[in-house]
Amino acid sequence: MLDVAARTETPRTAAEVAELVAEAGAAGRTLEVVGGGTKRAIGGGAAADGVLSLAGLAKVIDYAPEELVLTAQPGVKLSALEKLVAAQGQMLAFEPPHLTKLLGAKGQATLGGVLGANLSGPRRLRAGAARDHFLGLQAVTGRGELIRAGGRVVKNVTGYDLPKLVAGSWGTLAVLTEVTVKVLPAPRTELTLLYFGLDEARAGEAMTRALNAPVDVSAAAHLPEKTAARPPLKVEMAVTALRLEGFEASVAARAEQLVLALKGCGRVEQLDAPHSREFWAQVREVEAFHKDPRPLWRISVPPAVGWRAGDALAGEALYDWGGGLVWLLTEAEPAAVQAAARALGGHATLYRGNGPAFAPLEGPLAALTARVKAAFDPKGVLNPGRMGAG
Amino acid sequence: MRMPLPDAALMARKAEIVRALKRLVSGEGVIGDPAGLVPFQSDGLSAYRQTPLAVVLPETTTQVSAVLAWCQANGVKVVPRGAGTSLSGGALPLQDGIVLGMAKFNRILEVDYANRCAVVQPGVTNLAITAAVEADGFYYAPDPSSQIACTIGGNVAENSGGVHCLKYGLTTNNLLGCEIVLMSGEVVRLGGKGFDAAGYDLLGVVTGSEGLLGVVTEVTVRLLAKPSAARALLLGFGSVETAGATVGDIIAAGVIPAGLEMMDQPAIVAAEAFVHAGYPTDCAALLIVELDGPEAECVELCAQVCDLAQARGASCVRTSGSEAERLAFWAGRKAAFPAVGRISPDYYCMDGTIPRRQLPHVLTRISEMAADYGLGVANVFHAGDGNLHPLILYDADKPGQLEAAEAFGADILKLCVAVGGVLTGEHGVGVEKRDLMGEMFSETDLACQQRVKCAFDPDLLLNPGKVFPRLHRCAELGRVHVRRGAVAFPDLPRF
Repeated sequence: MLDVAARTETPRTAAEVAELVAEAGAAGRTLEVVGGGTKRAIGGGAAADGVLSLAGLAKVIDYAPEELVLTAQPGVKLSALEKLVAAQGQMLAFEPPHLTKLLGAKGQATLGGVLGANLSGPRRLRAGAARDHFLGLQAVTGRGELIRAGGRVVKNVTGYDLPKLVAGSWGTLAVLTEVTVKVLPAPRTELTLLYFGLDEARAGEAMTRALNAPVDVSAAAHLPEKTAARPPLKVEMAVTALRLEGFEASVAARAEQLVLALKGCGRVEQLDAPHSREFWAQVREVEAFHKDPRPLWRISVPPAVGWRAGDALAGEALYDWGGGLVWLLTEAEPAAVQAAARALGGHATLYRGNGPAFAPLEGPLAALTARVKAAFDPKGVLNPGRMGAG
Repeated sequence: MRMPLPDAALMARKAEIVRALKRLVSGEGVIGDPAGLVPFQSDGLSAYRQTPLAVVLPETTTQVSAVLAWCQANGVKVVPRGAGTSLSGGALPLQDGIVLGMAKFNRILEVDYANRCAVVQPGVTNLAITAAVEADGFYYAPDPSSQIACTIGGNVAENSGGVHCLKYGLTTNNLLGCEIVLMSGEVVRLGGKGFDAAGYDLLGVVTGSEGLLGVVTEVTVRLLAKPSAARALLLGFGSVETAGATVGDIIAAGVIPAGLEMMDQPAIVAAEAFVHAGYPTDCAALLIVELDGPEAECVELCAQVCDLAQARGASCVRTSGSEAERLAFWAGRKAAFPAVGRISPDYYCMDGTIPRRQLPHVLTRISEMAADYGLGVANVFHAGDGNLHPLILYDADKPGQLEAAEAFGADILKLCVAVGGVLTGEHGVGVEKRDLMGEMFSETDLACQQRVKCAFDPDLLLNPGKVFPRLHRCAELGRVHVRRGAVAFPDLPRF
């Protein structure tokens, strides 16, 4: 939560960021790092002495569509960036969710925030996560040092892949000051096949069959009956959705193949491109769960067992990534949710609700994680407590 | 290239070290006799050779853990090794260290189609994974040219690529999890079968860490459904510029081919003479474009790419009419390195990546430099992602030619960085490009990376002398602020 007493600094250059972090470190102060501020509620917010806002670092530095790369400052608004690349027929292929409404936030999601949280949308199962599209960075470590890592080309193995480490570190290792991401051609068209009334186990099986067929399914989600009944969809049966993207002839041919592969799954309906886009935006933003007082968990598990998470915990679920991502509204105890996710070979994060957001790590992995944190931020200046021990 | 000075006191303890290791790995798992060590002296960067103290070939994670813990307690350095196909010297032994060979970890532990993944031991070859699942319609996407021999553990260490990584990504984009053993002997699991893991993405930083952070003992890779159709196109051009411009046109049209390769005339001629792939030897540049997916998509995209090539005046446009012909188109490219090996006693393969628009400038500069150095060069190029492989032709028996080839190679890589690219696209830094890291990174950047090393291996015993141009003791990295250009630790040898 925003602590009004904390002083907010809005640096305009990477050098100013470095100075602020170094000063904070020297003075024993901590900083909360904020892009658009939309995700600061996750984990109850960092109790820091000051706020470092990246709103002043919001420029696109270089965009070379033909090289498939884009370099920008982290504070650039995600929506502006999406418009910019769409105008060139391109996209951020990891389909980043904004989650602004889900989290009840006022600001706008930024590129830096999406990378820092490693957030990826429905296309994750085919195109990879945010981290897979994060090619290079300039950042200020918790030591106040300005560093570069990675590169500005799509293929690079020079030195450690620090962009991967920083992606999903929730600002606890370094403050991004410039990022290079991969961009890809946007599909010319898309369509979605909808199946109705499947229970979770059968839906899970249908998604597996679809994803194992050579038809390049780019998204697979299941909304159980209660979830599908909620706005914005408001249908009376469970809905299982499979998306195909690409060139017109290819999409049509693959749709036929997919229908054959899913024979026996009941009635099928087709969403045309505009409706398909609308549907997947709703899945990406978890719109079904926008207004609900219950705690909301993001559970990541092996896709084939995703539906068991909803089975193990009382609540309402939305399954994305072919079952690998479960959004779950539940009042179950946090420890029970995390234990259920672990038992299925995954992990759970509390996205909305009170209490620690991140599952605690254990054993040598916890110790290694603490050493990695100390390597970047030995004094714990950045986002204290944001990822639990990390 | 200098390696850290070997520790004479440690080398004097060889007999004792071998005895102790034999207690940890019984049977034939420890090699100490000079003749037995010869095959391990070098990897794919064969200009460099060193004899290790001993080679250990463990069979279980427990043994790996015991060996590493013992080595840490006794200050013995460890060089991990898969199949030894590294082109950057990543598995080059140290005279005062052991080689930890992972070849006996050669089992596929589980194929899980429901989660589209396979759990394999690190010594399984890249191609063996695909071979195990292709009858069921699946494959493992990254396909380095050495895939018949190279191991998946080595692929993880080097973040290997291949001709299909434009569309399907490098190793790092095709992994779900791994088990690693730290130098302390601790066993850590990173990731699993899900799409992400709790905590930091340590799997992401271990991948491509060139054996400096941990020893991989198990890997979970993603499997993909095999596309139902694949076709290759051969497109010949009168100049490298028009070939490069066509690549830009293809990408601009929204097409991401499964493979998009370019060869210049010396490479075309050498490959054609070697495998008779049917390449047009009279053109200045050849593009091989592979398109895959459903039949309908293949047909449409092939037609589209052919149109684009013809609009640029391509002199030769051929579409593979059968699977045999598609493989023949690739055979020349995949054999480009050995083919060049036939026209020159020795060759030296470089691996920079450049922004694609810089290609004409970079190739022009490379041919100017070749003239200056008096050496030949053939270029093969992963054109889609800008990854350039100039093959420098030299004769190691002629005095000074190896040194000239290395200097030429370094100049090429400096040029790659100067035009906005990087030192290595897929072969790794190893020992080969270690001393060029300063071209791309400041001392502060490198110190930050080395602190990551220290978090995994505080005594710097795992594969030291690779990747980083200078060894910094971890304790010093902790307290000294390193500034660009300053020689922070004059007492440490610059090797």
